[in-house]
This record gives sequence, C-alpha cells and structure tokens, in this order.
Amino acid sequence: MKGFVAIYRKELSDHFSSYRFLILFALIAMVSLITAYLAGMNMAKALEGRVKPSTVFLSLFTAAGAGFSLVQFVTFFGPLLGLLLGFDAINRERNEGTLSKLLSQPIYRDAVINAKFSAAVTMIALMLAAIILVITGLGMLVLGVVPDAEAMGRLVVYFVISVVYIALWLAVAILLSILMRSVATSALASLALWIFFSFFVSIGANAVANSLTADAPPDDPAAIVKRARIENALSVLSPMVLYTNATATIVDPTRKTTRSVIQVGMMEQLSMARYSGPLPLDQSLLVVLPNIVFLICLTVICFAASYLVFMRQEIRSL
Amino acid sequence: MAQEPIIEAVQLTKVYNGHTAVDHLDLTVYGGEIFGFLGPNGAGKTTTLLMMLGLTEPTGGTVRVMGLDPARHPLEVKASIGYLQENMGFYRDLTGRQSLAYIAELNGLERKIAQERIQEALEAVGITAAADKKVVTYSRGMRQRLGIAEVLIKKPRIAFLDEPTLGLDPEATNRMIELIKDLCRRHEMTVVLSSHFLNQIQKICQRVGIMIEGKLVAQGPIEQLAREKLGVGDRTYTLEEIYMQYFQEH
Ligand SMILES: Nc1ncnc2c1ncn2[C@@H]1O[C@H](COP(=O)(O)OP(=O)(O)OP(=O)(O)O)[C@@H](O)[C@H]1O
Ligand SMILES: [Mg+2]
Repeated sequence: MKGFVAIYRKELSDHFSSYRFLILFALIAMVSLITAYLAGMNMAKALEGRVKPSTVFLSLFTAAGAGFSLVQFVTFFGPLLGLLLGFDAINRERNEGTLSKLLSQPIYRDAVINAKFSAAVTMIALMLAAIILVITGLGMLVLGVVPDAEAMGRLVVYFVISVVYIALWLAVAILLSILMRSVATSALASLALWIFFSFFVSIGANAVANSLTADAPPDDPAAIVKRARIENALSVLSPMVLYTNATATIVDPTRKTTRSVIQVGMMEQLSMARYSGPLPLDQSLLVVLPNIVFLICLTVICFAASYLVFMRQEIRSL
Repeated sequence: MAQEPIIEAVQLTKVYNGHTAVDHLDLTVYGGEIFGFLGPNGAGKTTTLLMMLGLTEPTGGTVRVMGLDPARHPLEVKASIGYLQENMGFYRDLTGRQSLAYIAELNGLERKIAQERIQEALEAVGITAAADKKVVTYSRGMRQRLGIAEVLIKKPRIAFLDEPTLGLDPEATNRMIELIKDLCRRHEMTVVLSSHFLNQIQKICQRVGIMIEGKLVAQGPIEQLAREKLGVGDRTYTLEEIYMQYFQEH
C-alpha cells in the first residue's frame, strides 16, 4: 500500500488538531461523564447496604442519568461523529486543488480513500474507548463494584458494535463527499440521510404496519403481533434500530431477544423467563449476531460504493 | 541535441461529454529538452498533460512515457514526473517545510535525504525565510515558488510545468528561467513547459508545440517554424509573430 501510511498519519494529525474534533470530543466526554456519574450516584443510593449484583456495573451504561442513558446518547450522537469526520473528506481536497496534487504523487489511488477511512475509524475507536474506560473507572469509584470478566466482555462487544455503527455513517459521509462537489451540500445531505434513516424509517414502519392492519379490531392479539412483526421487519432498514436492538441485548444480560416484548411467544411471556436470570455472554452474542452482521454488511457496502466511485472518477469532473 | 523520445503521444484524444478537448494529437518530446507547449485558453494543453501523467484517461490513442503506459504503470510514471499544476492547492495549515516533507514522504524518500532536498529546494526557489510559516500566510507568488519546490524535491526525470512563472515577480521569473535551464543542463531533466509568456518560451525552449482547439497545429524547433511560417532568413523574429500567424490561420 504505497502512500497509505503517509496519508494515514497526516489525516490523524489533522483530526487531532482540528477544532471540530476537539469541540466534539469535549462535548461527548462531558455528557457521558455527567450521565454516568448521575446514574452511578442514583444506583449507589438505591442499593445502599445491599449486596450489589454483578450486573449492576453494566447498568451504568444503560440507566438514565440526566434524562437519557449513555447507550442512548451514543445511539443518537454517534452517527453525528461519523458524519463530522467524513462529510468533507474528498470534496474539500478537490476544491482546494490538493487532491490532484496528491494523486500526481507515486501512490495508489485507493490509498487515499483507505487511509482517510482508517484514520477516521481510528479516531472513532479512540474516542469510544476513552469514554468507556473513564466510565468504568468512575463506576468503580462511585459504586465500588469491579466489573467481572463477563461484564468486560460485554463492554468489548458493545465497543465493537458501536465502532461499526459509527463507521457506517462515516462511510456514508465519505461517499457523499465523493459524489458532491460542494462541502456544504455534502454536509446537508449526510445530515438529511441520518435523520431520514434514524427517525423517519421507524415512524414510516409504524405507519405502514398500522395501515396494513387497519381493518382488524384494535384489541385483536393476532393483529397486534402482526403489526409488530411488520414494524420490526421494516425497521431493519434503519441502522439505528439495528444498533439499538443489538446493544440493548449486549449490555443488558437479562434481555434475551432483539425483538419487542409483543413478539415474544405467549408461553415465554407468561413464564416471565425473560426477566429471570441473566443470559451468558455467548448466548447474548448469538441473539444479536444477525444485527451485527447486518450492520457490518451495510458499512462494507457503503465503503465499497465510495471506493468504486472514487477509483473511476475523472479527476477534473464534478 | 535531439535524442531519443521520452514522451510519445499517438492520436491522443480526449472527449469531455461530447466536447473534444484533445483531438488526435501526435506529439513527441525528446529526452533532455525543454519543450514549450503553447496555445490559447481552452486549447487542451492541461488536458494533454493530465493524460500523459495518467491522471485522466484518454478517450482514444496512446501515450508512452519512458516507454510505459501511464494507465498501466501509474506509480513508475508518477514517480518520474514532477507536475506543477496550473491552479495548485496547498494544505493551508501546514508550513512550507511541512508541505514539502509530506510530498517527500508520499514519494517514499528517506527522512534524511528528504531534509537535505527540502533545504536545497527552499533555497533554489528563495523561500527559506518563510519556510516555517503556514501556507495560508503566503502570497500568490510565494505559493507558486513552493509549488516549484514541491516539484524539485522529487528530482524527477521529467517536469510538467503548467504556467510556472504566473504570479512571479520579474526577479523570480528570471531566476526560475535560469533554474529550469540549469536543471535541464546539469540533471538532464526533460521539461514540458506550458505558458502564455512567449518571450520566456523563446528564451529557453528548443522546441515548441502549438495547440489550437485540441489540435497540434505545429511542432518543431522555433527556427524551423519561423522559416516555414514567416519565410525569414536572417531577419530577427519573435515567437509571438509565429504564434499569431498560426492563430490567425485558424
Ligand atoms: N471536467 C471537464 N469537463 C468538461 N470539459 C472540460 C473539463 N475540463 C476541461 N474541459 C474542456 O477541455 C478543454 C481544454 O481545457 P484545458 O484546461 O486543457 O485547456 P488549456 O489549454 O490548459 O487552457 P489554459 O491556457 O486556459 O490553461 C476546454 O475547452 C475545457 O472547457
Ligand atoms: Mg491549462
């Protein structure tokens, strides 16, 4: 990979010295610290004088501190991080005339896009890892619980899924920065896509499901289940839903399915098995595997698309 | 002085959405010469250079640079060509020296060699004093000089200079002309120079090519073109006269 290392290094140092990244990092670090701290304090108070179950540690990530939990925060704002790191990756260089200079050096063309993608993924991973580590430390201080191997394993899986999820939006942003000449347009377009897939797809799925089951009486259990099924199937189009279901199951060992409560079988609901006893990590992994695979596929497809377009693009065109 | 060809274009053609920018161009550049590439705006000079570099794919025809097809051997070709773009861009937040170091790294130069070459190049173009200032603070001419330094640190066998003296002050222009001559003489570098300053071209180029609307209308040593077009014997002529003659015929 001629040129990869040079470009990768330059991209990393650009990210580290950019205000965009510093502001974002400060913001995310602050929010997650406060959230985890509040959640930890609440839990410490609630559990005072009691033996703390080992799963309590993970609740730091899922319990709402200041109105939302850390997991929810990453779900909403993680994509923004990806978009911010990628929306001007190629078109800025094209506009400033540095892209053709770069490409007239003896490097492979794909080194440019590979290095830019990898550098941004590195930033994402560093940021997430830092947050998770800091919160882990904070949790040990506030709660006095040391995470066991199981909890650590869950956090690692959570970390990997989150990096893939944010990298998906990074790949989308890079694709748009290749397709669109203007930086402002690619920024807006990537925001629009994010809003569409994160919010409107689930709203749309809901509307479609409702209209398909409209003629059934509202309290017909079969119709309710059918509606939930349709909604669930359509929501797969939304990376946010895929990610939410996957991470909720990973960080919460008592969850045993990525499906909604309504869709779980009658017997299972009755026995309340869903809420008794935690699931071992490997079982949880098995449950979320389809979601993870789907997320990885989406990311790979987006990156491959940018790769193909970039490799074939006329240097003076657009 | 004409030796063996180092760049050969045969029937080279480029069509941009139905508009023919370069039209069946036959062009030969010989090793070690300074070739002047002339033509009105939009004639297709830059497009031709881009195709010879392998940055733009030809619609038809072939190019060989040192016997290699730039589309098949992009790295070899790009490693031996230093390209000065017509509207060159810079990373604004890097200093001049850092920009050069980045180019050196992309070319796989060792750090120590790179540092020597950077110093040499900075001195050659006369921006040593500003080397550690950010490129944003550079004037138009200083950027132009930095662009030339970026070509120099590659020590290329061939240099494509698209409007190298644009924006330079008279002293720097003269220095640039001397520099190009010197590189050619001492390092046997081949230079393809595209410019609208005909008197400069006349001073340093052995051969010129005149391109109009995508077609190469003339190619050869300046004296030869003068004989053919102006029919002069010993009378002094300028390249401008020759150029205008071709231009009016089209
Ligand atoms: N990306 C593009 N899409 C369509 N047409 C283009 C594109 N780039 C250049 N052209 C056309 O190709 C022709 C040749 O352009 P080129 O830049 O090669 O001219 P030039 O000889 O370098 O001119 P100048 O002296 O102004 O630099 C022009 O007519 C231009 O309009
Ligand atoms: Mg030009």
